[in-house]
Formats: sequence, C-alpha cells, structure tokens
Amino acid sequence: MITTAALICIVIGVIFNALGAIGILRFPDVYTRLHAETKMTTFGTIFVSLGVILYAAGMLTGTGDAQYLTLGIHTAIAVIALAFTNATGSHAIARAAHRSGVKPDPAVVDRLSEVKRRD
Amino acid sequence: MIRLLATMVAAFVAYLLLTAGSGDILLWSGPELVAGAIIAIIVGITSYRIFCRSENLRMANPLRILLLLVYAAIPLLIEMARANIDVAIRVITGRVHPGIIRVRTGMKTDLGLLLLANSITLTPGTLSVDVDEESRDLYVHLINVPEALRTEKSVDSRELFTFFNIPGWIRRIAE
Amino acid sequence: MNDIFYAAILALLLLILVAGIRLVIGPTVPDRVVALDTINTLMVGSMILLAAYLGQTIFVDVAIVYALLSFLGTLAISKYIGGEL
Repeated sequence: MITTAALICIVIGVIFNALGAIGILRFPDVYTRLHAETKMTTFGTIFVSLGVILYAAGMLTGTGDAQYLTLGIHTAIAVIALAFTNATGSHAIARAAHRSGVKPDPAVVDRLSEVKRRD
Repeated sequence: MIRLLATMVAAFVAYLLLTAGSGDILLWSGPELVAGAIIAIIVGITSYRIFCRSENLRMANPLRILLLLVYAAIPLLIEMARANIDVAIRVITGRVHPGIIRVRTGMKTDLGLLLLANSITLTPGTLSVDVDEESRDLYVHLINVPEALRTEKSVDSRELFTFFNIPGWIRRIAE
Repeated sequence: MNDIFYAAILALLLLILVAGIRLVIGPTVPDRVVALDTINTLMVGSMILLAAYLGQTIFVDVAIVYALLSFLGTLAISKYIGGEL
C-alpha cells in the first residue's frame, strides 16, 4: 500500500521534472525559462523525495532498521534546503540577467526597465 | 549574549536532526551528543553576528516556527501545485504573454520580504526579479499578464495568489 | 521497488542530457546559468534516489552538501554577470 503511494509520487515527480527540462528548451527567453526551471524541477524533486520518504517510512515500520529513519530525515532536510535555495538562486539569476541587459522578449509590459530609464 | 545562545541552540538542534538514530539515549549516542555540543559552541561563537543580526528574537518562538511549517505544508503546497499545472500547460501549448510588473508588498521586515519573494517565486506563474529597497516593492515577472493588470502602475501583492491570502500568512509568521 | 528507483534514476539522467542541450546552445550567459541550475536540481534528485536504491544513507548527505554548494555557485556566477563582483 505505502509502496504504491511511493511509486505514484516518484512517477509524478519524474513527469514534472521532464516537463521542466522540456520547458527550458521550448520557452522563448531567460525569464520564462526560469519559470519552467524553478517551479517545475523544484516541485518534481519535492515529489521524488516524498516518494523516498514514504518508502523509508514503509521500510521502517516493516523492518525497524534505524538506517531508514536516517534516510527519511536526511531526505526531508535535503529537500527543504533545495526548495529554499532554488527560489533564492532563481531570484539572483533574474536580477543579474536584467542588470546585464538581457530584456524580457517578448514582453507586454516592463515596469523595471521604465524605472531604470528614468534614473 | 542572548544572540550567541540562540545561535548555539539552533546549531545544536540542526546537528541533532542530522544524527538522529545513531544510538540509544532517546535516539542519539553519547559521543554524538558531546561532539554536537562542542561543534555547536564553536559555530555559535563564529557566526552569531551573521545568524542573529538584531536583538529581536521573535523567530525563536516555537509557535511561529510551527506556523511556518503549517504554511509550507498547506497553502504554499496547494498554490505551488496550481502554478505547476498552469506552467505545465504552457510548456505544452507554448502560449505565453510575459511581462514585468510592480507589486506593493507592505512588509515591515526584511525576513517578511524574503519569505514573500520566495513564495512568489515558487507560486502562480510569477518570479521576483528585483526589489526596491526603500519602499520594499517587488518587481515581479509574470508568465501571463492578465489584461486587467497591464495598465496599472502597481499591483497589490494579494492579487497574485488565487486561493489563499499568502501575504497575510507571512505577516502573521514574520512580523 | 528497486526497479522503479533504477528506472527513475535513468529518466533523471536523460533529463540532465536534455538540459545539457540548453547549456550548449544557450544564446546568452544567463540562459546557460539557468540550464546549470536545472542540472544541479536534477542531480540532487537522482542522488536521493540513488541512496534509496543502493541502501546507502551517506549519499543523501552528499546531496545536501551538493545542493548548498550549487546554490553558492549560482549566487557567485549571478553576482559576476550582474556586475556586482
């Protein structure tokens, strides 16, 4: 039962990761690619890790081996660190891209460039 | 002094989480506990100036940390799921109307602004690009700017989210 | 269950190759950084799966350190191309 849940989580995670990887190939400019990268791969990795945590929980109740407790806790810490650093890192990339002169293209509105031109 | 102590406790808790399941005093073995205490003291002395910048210790309140976990587990995850399905559809169809708009946040602290910027990046089709340090306004890149927002000079941060009042949650956690 | 882990690891490695295409052709430098960040995230995911597949918990510790170090690398490159370093 819990193995099936873990399996479903891992499959969902791999699908989202795949969409993220295809998204950075398909989208037209840096900012839209960042959307694909940050959201899809972070969400996919969260689901993959959730699958591993469920698997570890199932094995822990099945065998009582303390190794699986360590596996679950460490996976949770890894995924929390990943989610937090990914969001901050994509913010840094977007800011650096705008500062280095890569403008969003196509764009229907760009308030940040308007402010910079006024300065 | 209180900053030093708070940093040491935080480092010790992090060490305990990383070594859970190593022995039989509760979950930890004796040598691990001693080593963890020594490492926590060293880390505390070297990094308390960076870790606790202000004397204000409101984030040490366990209730706020619990609220942060609940926030990450329910509203943030649901908004993330909605955003991901939205972006997934756009990956397949390739229909985007991107643009950068200005968002009023109304946050009073840097930590609140950090949490809001990260939440915006992880949720519905939005990505924080830059921040106005004085007014604490964010410049947000939207993958699909709705018609109604294209002409407005600045947008309230609540309009970016659909199901939950995320800025309200963050204000309750960080301020 | 082990077969599932193996298949998932192979799928993630294939996706790393797909992201590598963007790393090679990316017209601007930020594009390449985005591709590199994607590769890092996928790598952390596959390391976690590898730990479960081989039953070696130590790989997850490697994944934690990898995630934090890749974040530092991304920040350093971003500061550099943004002209703040």
